[in-house]
Amino acid sequence: MADTVRTYTRKIGLPRLIISALFIAVCIAAVIMKQDFRLLVSDVLRRFGMFGILALAMIPAIQSGTGPNFALPIGVICGLLGGLIAIELKLTSAILGYGFIPAILISLPFAILAGYIYGRLLNKIKGSEMLVATYTGFSIVSFMQIGWVMLPFKHPEMIWPIGKGLRVTIALDSTYGKVLNNLWAFKIKGANIPTGLLLFFFGSCFLLWVFSRSKTGIALNISGDNPKFAAASGIDVDKNRILGMVLSTVIAAVGIIVYSQSYGYIQLYMDPLYMAFPAVAAVLIGGASTKKAKISHAIIGVFLFQGILVVALPVANDMIPEGNLSEVLRMIVQNAIILYALTKVGGGD
Amino acid sequence: MKKEAVLQMKNIEKAYYGNKVLKNISLSVKAGEIHALLGENGAGKSTLMNILFGMPVIHSTGGFSGEVRLNDEIVEIKSPFDAMKLGIGMVHQEFMLIPDFTITENIKVNRETTTPNFISRTFKSKRLETLDHRAMDSDARKALDTLGMGIDEWTKVAGLPIGYMQFIEIAREIDKSGIKLLVFDEPTAVLTEGEADNLIAAIKGLAAKGIGILFITHRLEEVLQAADNITILRDGELVATRKKKETSVIELAELMVGRKIQILNKSGANNGGTDQREKAIEIKNLEVKMPGEAVKGIDLDVYKGEILGIGGLAGQGKIGIANGIMGLYESTGEVLINGQNLVLNDTKGSLRAGIAFVSEDRRGVGLLLDASIEYNIAVTTLQVKNKFLKRYGFFKQIDGRGVRQHAQQLIKDLDIRCSGSQQLTRQLSGGNQQKVCIARALTLEPNVLLVSEPTRGIDIGAKKLVLDLLLKLNKELGMTIIMTSSELVELRSICDRIVIISDGGIEGILPPEAEDREFGLMMAGEYKKLLGKEGM
Repeated sequence: MADTVRTYTRKIGLPRLIISALFIAVCIAAVIMKQDFRLLVSDVLRRFGMFGILALAMIPAIQSGTGPNFALPIGVICGLLGGLIAIELKLTSAILGYGFIPAILISLPFAILAGYIYGRLLNKIKGSEMLVATYTGFSIVSFMQIGWVMLPFKHPEMIWPIGKGLRVTIALDSTYGKVLNNLWAFKIKGANIPTGLLLFFFGSCFLLWVFSRSKTGIALNISGDNPKFAAASGIDVDKNRILGMVLSTVIAAVGIIVYSQSYGYIQLYMDPLYMAFPAVAAVLIGGASTKKAKISHAIIGVFLFQGILVVALPVANDMIPEGNLSEVLRMIVQNAIILYALTKVGGGD
Repeated sequence: MKKEAVLQMKNIEKAYYGNKVLKNISLSVKAGEIHALLGENGAGKSTLMNILFGMPVIHSTGGFSGEVRLNDEIVEIKSPFDAMKLGIGMVHQEFMLIPDFTITENIKVNRETTTPNFISRTFKSKRLETLDHRAMDSDARKALDTLGMGIDEWTKVAGLPIGYMQFIEIAREIDKSGIKLLVFDEPTAVLTEGEADNLIAAIKGLAAKGIGILFITHRLEEVLQAADNITILRDGELVATRKKKETSVIELAELMVGRKIQILNKSGANNGGTDQREKAIEIKNLEVKMPGEAVKGIDLDVYKGEILGIGGLAGQGKIGIANGIMGLYESTGEVLINGQNLVLNDTKGSLRAGIAFVSEDRRGVGLLLDASIEYNIAVTTLQVKNKFLKRYGFFKQIDGRGVRQHAQQLIKDLDIRCSGSQQLTRQLSGGNQQKVCIARALTLEPNVLLVSEPTRGIDIGAKKLVLDLLLKLNKELGMTIIMTSSELVELRSICDRIVIISDGGIEGILPPEAEDREFGLMMAGEYKKLLGKEGM
């Protein structure tokens, strides 16, 4: 009996098991407390699509052997730049998705260049990628605090009415806010299904899956799996690590644009700093390790992680009406999962 | 006193998991005697020493049988600490020194001379006492003087020549009070000839002071230079004990290698007239910077359709040759494949030139342990030759069905025991893992197959299967095979010619049926010297 339990636990993975149990528990609590399920389902689906691509950005990084991309803010900033420039240049006609498509296209060259440079850096510090990545993320965010003030943006909706620089939050109501969320959206029994958003997320997953089955994708995967084996098969491991980082940065850039449109605002200054941790936590509870990850891990992980946060929030608010407990709970769950993941690092196979 | 045996080991037997590695070994070392222990890699020397020092690996695998006597008293040595207390010391092959400490500190580490102070008295702890540097320095001085070393005892170890480090190790052992027996584990392996001579002189000096010396080596000349008596082990058995005066380098070489070979089903057709045959590979002045297995300039021709064996002791550079040709370690020189110049340090180029490699590091280099058998077999060929790809619109994707069919065919052909082509290679036994590695190499359809240590770490039954497979590939497909192995028996059972590597160079090339002593001499690196001496 104990053995069967153990084998199942190992198969599913302890973190995934605990989080699933927690998810079911908060769902039951929500039922007992008569929460509005239509609202909860809409919210889970929305946040699932919103955070999905950012979590997906972890997959090529882990597969190429550089570990979870804690330097996600680099990609995020490239995406934000794309989003801002698209609005600044007024590329916001309906045919361009109100600026959504130009935002992605403009962010690509930034993301590719940044990913390449950062990938080269990572090749020089093999073995301590995660720590370096975290602080690279911090540094780039701090650096861009200056950037957001200094960059010569002129669009009246984006800059402070008085003084210099970009605002902290920029509303996207008149541009590409909610374009994907509202695309082909429909309601089932009052629950809102953001069809466009979900299609975009699954489409991204599909593209990455197609890539992972190509010759280059396989080479990337082998480089991360066993660098010595890769070298003996004539694969340039360093090149693939850079490629993995470029892909991760590009997906992160796309991810933040999708996130912004779903949220309805572009958030600058300190906000990019906090994008990496939920994404890392999501793939890890989805079943990935710091050495191996599949696309399914990102999908499952984001669903569980965001599901808990969405459902637990009103439940916790009901239990303790005072204060902002749900926010605290969210931080506890999120940081606990990251902590668990970090203890797994270097644990070998 | 002079005649008393310091150490006697009687009827020692040891098995690891039912596999006997020591069979009825007896050994005796007298006070003041230098006793040499001689044998190939894997002959059982290390296991015997592990028993003597009570290493945990012995006790955790069920202990041993037989008795160990020190000064004619039966002793039970349960840990290296016991051995130290009984007066047995060891000078390690790899130096265990702390670079940033002075010589004195290294000699005295964890055995420091201390004087009580205020804090240690308060807490009644010996561990808080002050170090008595003056006493320690004078002890160190004494030990260094015993060895005839003029170096200052307060010099830091970092940056000292290797020869000095060896002496500091010895000084540490002789500084221990009541040392009765000192074991040297291949002490000259990393030393230059001059340093080695100094060391042997020092060892002789120690023996003259009445310490018993056990000297492990496979340099035959040194044995005769230093030792009084010589014990030879082979495959865990005691082959002979000889007095120095009664033996010769040639006899020792013969005893070390031993005749234990049945020539397998060799046709012998490949042996004649090598001069007219086409060359598959020509190696000219190849140097490979592989750590621990450096190749220092090799010229070698490999003929089409032969199995060439590369043998030699560990660390001499035999492993480096295949790794160098494959471009896995930085190499210089010239390699011609079928007359075409091969660009070195380019693994992909080597693979494209029709060379496939089965690495000696099966689990580290040879396999993706968390991937399926079929994936392991196909990926290298997919990467190098663009096979197993199928076009879907704009994209080329891995052809899952093609990979599976190919893998299933090879699983059948090579008789890989598995639950199916999707099983993870981590779950396979060593022999089957090796077959997956060979299958991966064969999928490349190579002209030349490089196989390193194909039977390392797999059981005897599987060994024979792997060797038979190589022989079959050679005979039926005419594949040129270069097999590197530490096990001479294996090389002699399937190879057409055997190259023996010593100190990064070729010591000689022998037919498999050459005499044992020739192999022994070559492996010990004595062949050329001896040939030189006996007049050319």
